[in-house]
Amino acid sequence: MSRHPIFKFRLYIADHAQNSAEAIANLNALCRAHLPDRHEIEIVDVLREPKRALVDGIFLTPTLVKFAPSPARRIIGTLSQSQPVLLALGLGPTTA
Amino acid sequence: MKFAQSPVSKVPGKAQTGIIGLDQITRGGLPRGRTTLLVGGPGSGKTILALQFLVRGARDGDEPGIFVAFEEASKRIVANAEGFGWQLAELRRKKLFFLDAQPLPDLIQSGSFDLGGLLAALEVKTGEMKARRIVFDALDVVLELLPEPVQKRREMYRLHEWLLARGLTGVVTLRAGGDEASAIGNQRFGFMQFMVDCAVILNHSVVHGISQRNLRVQKYRGSGFDEDEAPFVIGKSGLEVAVARTPLRLDATVTNERISSGVKRLDTMLGGGYYRGASVLITGSPGTAKTTLAAAFAEAACRRGERTLFVSFDSDCSEVIRNLASVGMQLARYVKNGSLRMISARTITGSAEAYVVRIKTLAREHGARCLVIDPLSKWPKSGNDMTAQNVAERLSDWSKANGTTLVCTRLLEEMSSRSEDGSPLQISSLVDTWIHLSYLVQAGERNRGLSIIKSRGTAHSNQVRELILNNAGVTLTDTYTAAGEVLMGTLRWEKESAERVANDASDVAGKLKRVRLDADEAELEVRLKSLQTELVAKQVEKALLTRTTESRERELSRGRTRMKELRGADAAISRRK
Repeated sequence: MSRHPIFKFRLYIADHAQNSAEAIANLNALCRAHLPDRHEIEIVDVLREPKRALVDGIFLTPTLVKFAPSPARRIIGTLSQSQPVLLALGLGPTTA
Repeated sequence: MKFAQSPVSKVPGKAQTGIIGLDQITRGGLPRGRTTLLVGGPGSGKTILALQFLVRGARDGDEPGIFVAFEEASKRIVANAEGFGWQLAELRRKKLFFLDAQPLPDLIQSGSFDLGGLLAALEVKTGEMKARRIVFDALDVVLELLPEPVQKRREMYRLHEWLLARGLTGVVTLRAGGDEASAIGNQRFGFMQFMVDCAVILNHSVVHGISQRNLRVQKYRGSGFDEDEAPFVIGKSGLEVAVARTPLRLDATVTNERISSGVKRLDTMLGGGYYRGASVLITGSPGTAKTTLAAAFAEAACRRGERTLFVSFDSDCSEVIRNLASVGMQLARYVKNGSLRMISARTITGSAEAYVVRIKTLAREHGARCLVIDPLSKWPKSGNDMTAQNVAERLSDWSKANGTTLVCTRLLEEMSSRSEDGSPLQISSLVDTWIHLSYLVQAGERNRGLSIIKSRGTAHSNQVRELILNNAGVTLTDTYTAAGEVLMGTLRWEKESAERVANDASDVAGKLKRVRLDADEAELEVRLKSLQTELVAKQVEKALLTRTTESRERELSRGRTRMKELRGADAAISRRK
């Protein structure tokens, strides 16, 4: 799998907010569809770890941060529209 | 910056803004523990107002604050505010925190989101630094990202509830359209205006090419406030809002001290000079020596060692000094020793409000006890008429409250003197002493006349005096008043010299008469003496006569006796016969 790097995500959510739940579901679905077995997801609840939100500069929830592969990307929202999200993650139709 | 200038004392339930004027308009500040909305167009001063509010709390109110920057990077905000002397660097260590929350330009958005992260972060920060004040600058930037109006409303509501629950005094700024109409009738954030407890609308407009800033408190739940638009400027130490009527203004300290007008006879006419802290207006047509009279006051003040500010709207300072030197006023040395500061108002730009703030600042910096503004009539030209009038009023109020003596000159166009009543700058009712200078044209001459139209609280002369300028300075002389006619200049001189000649003639005639009378008197005295001598002679003669008569009679009677005796012998002889 060396041709396909591992995608590292961190998803900042706000407890059980509806949009946060949606974002988790959408991200999982996306990873299953496009990045099977090559993704890592860390979920940060800003209500439980507000200091991380402050330090990382996360003010809107949910926010998805992709660390790897570079470049890093931030996407806010529930990730409901998969096309722009895939484009932003570099998972456009050509690579898929 | 010194916040001590804010004359409003602390009011419970209100958070002082430290902004001169705004604390007065709001009767003490923004609602404590509630949210205030600031709406304004680009460059209307929202950010500065909000930041100044935090600085005030952090520095003087022991209320640390957080500034959430959605639009501009905090670095730039701090840099921009550097000129105000708020010592942000020092405050930032403990009492002031900037949170950069600008959405990154490469931010990708998909689906709905909320401010949960921000509020969570702020929760931590407010706890850490015990923040009491918080500013959300340009909240609309982040709200714009939300696609649905319902979501926008929900986030505003969430934010508001969060602030209320924590008892934080919040300020939320919203950018409105560039022009006035949309700033007031803005519907996008109308919800927010209804929700908050206090709303302030900032306007930045250009009237006749002159920038004009106004603010208006639109609502303030549970408190009275001044509802009118108030002009403001962004001055050297932040915002300054002009308050037209100042219900909380401290009473001016009234003194009975008199100070010289710089012209001795004018002081006499005024019963001792101007009152300290009075507002004096000198009006007149062009060239009636208004500036000279005002400068005489300034010179006299400097001679007493009082610091004086001279604001010239007409000419350059060096020009003014040169021109005044021709009438024997050496202002240059006072400029040199620092007691006199001369400012050409041509270097000031902006609205009438900007002028008043600048002049106040300069006067404060200079520690001026006397202030000369020459002429005031230039003011209406900058900004709208209403503002200009308020400005004059406030300047007068301000100088009174400070005990600064204010001398203003004002051009009165001869042609428009009739419509003067309707003039925009009706400050004549505000001034304490009004001196009018006029020309009297007679016999091919223009001469300057001075009269005191009014002078509150001082007995003053009702006479028109002639104002004479020469290289020795300014003097006043009596005019020649005869048969209801006022004569000045050469005519006065002629009349006076004719009178002198007539006086001389009558003097001589009088002397002559006296001499004649003396002669008469002498003659009579001589006659009196000779008569007296004659009288004495007559008396002596009379006495002599009496005596002779008596002695003769005595002699006669004695003679008769003797004769009798002798005759007796005769008889005896005859008897013997």
